[in-house]
Amino acid sequence: MFSHLLLLSIAAPLLAAVVIASGIPVRFAKSVAVFGFSLPALIALHAWYHFPVGIGGDYAYLTAYNTGLHELGINLSLGLNGISLPLFVLAGLVGLAAGLYAIQSGAERIKTYLALLLVMQAGLMGVFASVDIFFFYFFHELALIPTFIMVGIWGGKDRGYAAMKMTIYLTAGAMLSLLGLIAIYVKSGAENFDLITLRHAVLENGIAAGVQTYIFGLLMFGFGILVSLWPLHTWAPLGYGAAPSSAAMLHAGVLKKFGLYGLVQIAVPLLPSGAAHWVQPLAWLAVAGNILVIGFITIAQRDLKQMVGYSSVMHMGYAFLGVATLSSVGAGGVVLMMVAHGLSVALLFLLSTSVYHRTQTFDLNEMGGLAQKTPVLAAFFVTATMASIGLPGLANFWGELTIFVAAWTFSPLLTALAISGVIISAIYGLRAAAKVFFGQPTEALTKVLAAQPATDLRWSEKLPALILIAALFFIGFWPKSLSNPLNDALESVYSAKVITAAAGQ
Amino acid sequence: MSPELIQAAADNRWAAIAPELSLGCLALLLLVLEIFLPKNRQSIIPTVAITGQIGLLLGFVWNLRYGPFVAYETFSGLIRHTQEGQFMRGFFMLTSILVCILGVIALAKQKLPKVEFFAITLVVSAAMMLLAQSNHFVLFFVALETVTVGFYILVSYFRTSPLSLEAGLKYLITGALSSAILLFGIVLLYGVAGNPTLPGSSSDSMNFNALRVFLEANPDNFLASVGIVFVLAGVAFKIGAVPFQIWIPDVYQGAPTPVTAFLAVASKAAGFSVLLILTKNVFGSYQTLLVPVLSVMAIATILFGNLAALTQHNVKRLIGLSGVSHAGYLLIAVIAAATEPLAAGAVYFYLFAYLLASFAVFGVMTHVAGANDADQDLEHYTGLAKTHPFLGAILAIGLGSLAGIPPLAGFMGKLLIFIAAFKAGLYTLLAVAIVGVVVSIYYYFGWIKAAYFSTWTAPLLEGETDTRPARTPVSLTAGMTLGLLAAATIVLGFYQGALGEWLLAR
Repeated sequence: MFSHLLLLSIAAPLLAAVVIASGIPVRFAKSVAVFGFSLPALIALHAWYHFPVGIGGDYAYLTAYNTGLHELGINLSLGLNGISLPLFVLAGLVGLAAGLYAIQSGAERIKTYLALLLVMQAGLMGVFASVDIFFFYFFHELALIPTFIMVGIWGGKDRGYAAMKMTIYLTAGAMLSLLGLIAIYVKSGAENFDLITLRHAVLENGIAAGVQTYIFGLLMFGFGILVSLWPLHTWAPLGYGAAPSSAAMLHAGVLKKFGLYGLVQIAVPLLPSGAAHWVQPLAWLAVAGNILVIGFITIAQRDLKQMVGYSSVMHMGYAFLGVATLSSVGAGGVVLMMVAHGLSVALLFLLSTSVYHRTQTFDLNEMGGLAQKTPVLAAFFVTATMASIGLPGLANFWGELTIFVAAWTFSPLLTALAISGVIISAIYGLRAAAKVFFGQPTEALTKVLAAQPATDLRWSEKLPALILIAALFFIGFWPKSLSNPLNDALESVYSAKVITAAAGQ
Repeated sequence: MSPELIQAAADNRWAAIAPELSLGCLALLLLVLEIFLPKNRQSIIPTVAITGQIGLLLGFVWNLRYGPFVAYETFSGLIRHTQEGQFMRGFFMLTSILVCILGVIALAKQKLPKVEFFAITLVVSAAMMLLAQSNHFVLFFVALETVTVGFYILVSYFRTSPLSLEAGLKYLITGALSSAILLFGIVLLYGVAGNPTLPGSSSDSMNFNALRVFLEANPDNFLASVGIVFVLAGVAFKIGAVPFQIWIPDVYQGAPTPVTAFLAVASKAAGFSVLLILTKNVFGSYQTLLVPVLSVMAIATILFGNLAALTQHNVKRLIGLSGVSHAGYLLIAVIAAATEPLAAGAVYFYLFAYLLASFAVFGVMTHVAGANDADQDLEHYTGLAKTHPFLGAILAIGLGSLAGIPPLAGFMGKLLIFIAAFKAGLYTLLAVAIVGVVVSIYYYFGWIKAAYFSTWTAPLLEGETDTRPARTPVSLTAGMTLGLLAAATIVLGFYQGALGEWLLAR
């Protein structure tokens, strides 16, 4: 049983989804959902706590299952290395928070909602536990499909348009990445989708530099669409604006990291000279497009949820910059940043929805003074904003700091521009917090509050928020817990040979 | 040839085509029952047809373990028994059963004689099974014509509907044209390969083996090239590849929904199994001719199918045109099959996934359609998921699989084709296929959207009646069938098991 824990973390939510879909009463459905969300989180924490020290880039908990495509080099092989462990933990924690928040949300057709969310959770656990790059892709799609449906059914304004746009953009991105992954499979000569075998094959033979350029280009734009690389980001704010809160938490918080994780774990180590060919355009798109352009657009937002959506697009710019440095330090920064951003953006989506339930609007100009009525909500929101800006003591600080350090040797100019982005995020973050919680309530809000007095966060809302906040502080104060295995893995994956191949370009 | 092989080829081993013969006998039995059974007992005839076929299919699968006659030729080389042929036989028996089940639902809404529908379906299926194993142009053409003539009747079966009659006429004219082209191609090949002055000529030049030997000996004979292109054109009509797709939207719309399903799945699959036999073995030495012809066809087919489907509101036309695009993806695999053994397996897997998904969708369509079978609009699906969650779920799974969304079987089919195409170096075709897949999301998703996302519909005023047809309640048999199709679609997406191993082993 112990050796099948990773499979269990995928199977448990799926099983719970099937049980809920089979038509049990709502009361039981909620308990089953709690089980389906907490088991993966517990397994993730367990795997983290027991993660073996000093295994380098090797995989722990490695297991493989034959699904019938063994001849083709496809096996369901699951395992965790230092790079995937932090994201696996992230998926477990954010999944639990999003699940608990969904259970108390009182959405229409709640059983379908929970079942879809559980399928998504299974996909997320699978993405980061997969050693086989085919299943890595497969689980991503498994998690993606419920997102579309959830946006379409439970979404806010423009949900039909948003769902359609998201679907088309993300399918295009996924198809490009799939082609890239198949290209690695064919061109590496390994004829195997197993990442360990692929690494060996590439280290021995390598892929021709010209071919690498094409493949990395495919992956960069394919993953780029999925991670909302400017100018392919337009689906993201629209989609997140329309998505129901738990779906937005899981997608923006965890699923979107699929692309960056793919770049860090697969694309750069396997295609170093191809990556070297693309770093300049990638870094410029990230800094000028994602950080600066989107940063200014975020400042101009008047809708709280749209603002959070845009800010998440903006923060992806730092991650892309970290990838572009092609160094183990930069890659480590990206992974830390992904975890931190995932926690903080999920928290922001959660709290924005809680704000909405009290103000009945997302419009920042129609709020104000909510802190007097709801001090705990205000405190949580300010914490989330601080985390998102990158205040020391919270997890995001370490990720951004590491990326800036790595980026300095890459390009001081871009680093300076990127750091100025921190000021931009401080402007919109703090202003949003101020507009929602401080100052005088507007007339519109007074009317709403008179009709329905605002109460502070209930425990059912507090619990998921607290899970995320605790994780943010824990990693903020003790980053070593994640960075030790991460360093180990990066030193071996981004070995000297890989780095020189990239530098030789 | 080994001694047993010669022995088997020499005599007519009737046991070798027992499944086909039994299907034919079952068809005759149905007609006999119609004459002798009293009117009020005739309702058991469809049940006899369905249970009889299920029995035959089970018996066939049971016998499969002994690999009967595999790698042998029987009937003086008319038929060649292969593993692929066995797979396609099972495939056609399964489609036949499913068509009959859908037929029961659709025919219940019409005041028409019912028994002939099942009898013809069985005969057509038997002919398709022979077609997939043919090793000689005589059998090939006779089997193909049996299929086509059967379809002429089936397409215009709802004879009270003008659209059904129109569809029948259109199918007749275009079908006759394509048969003529095909026959012309066969005659050219026969003539040139029977020319004793050319090396490798044969007196039995319609035999695929003899023809292959001849074509290998004459790698760029002009007449043979023309013949090959004409034969391909005839087959392209069956699979609905551009420029022979022109009949598809009208015929698919007019034909009764079960027949549309039969055309979409079985007719297309028959075309592809034949195309694989021809391009891989018989015409193998003419790759320089085949690859450009088929590539242009594949590109045009994918683009036309997807773009034309974008604007459709009638779901039968929509699924017909989307089927055109599926033919395009499959053509890519056919091209790749010349160099990549994996590609042939990909074709069979794709066809099987396509069968499961298509019948799931067609099954839902027969339940949503009213008495006017040709009028099936996207609008009729509004709110389906709320009023009929079961049908909604089946529809979503079927369409998702057709769109190639993981974790459904259709995705695995596309993946195998992509891998094969990548290995064969068909990058342009791959790029077109990717564009096609992304475009297709729009219309498949639009259909799901109609069924799932609550869109506003005008409330009925007093005295106004709902123009949308009432949805048929799901019977136990239909529910179980649809459930099984959907479950198989999901399971094959996760776990291909023995089927995957068998298909990739060749």
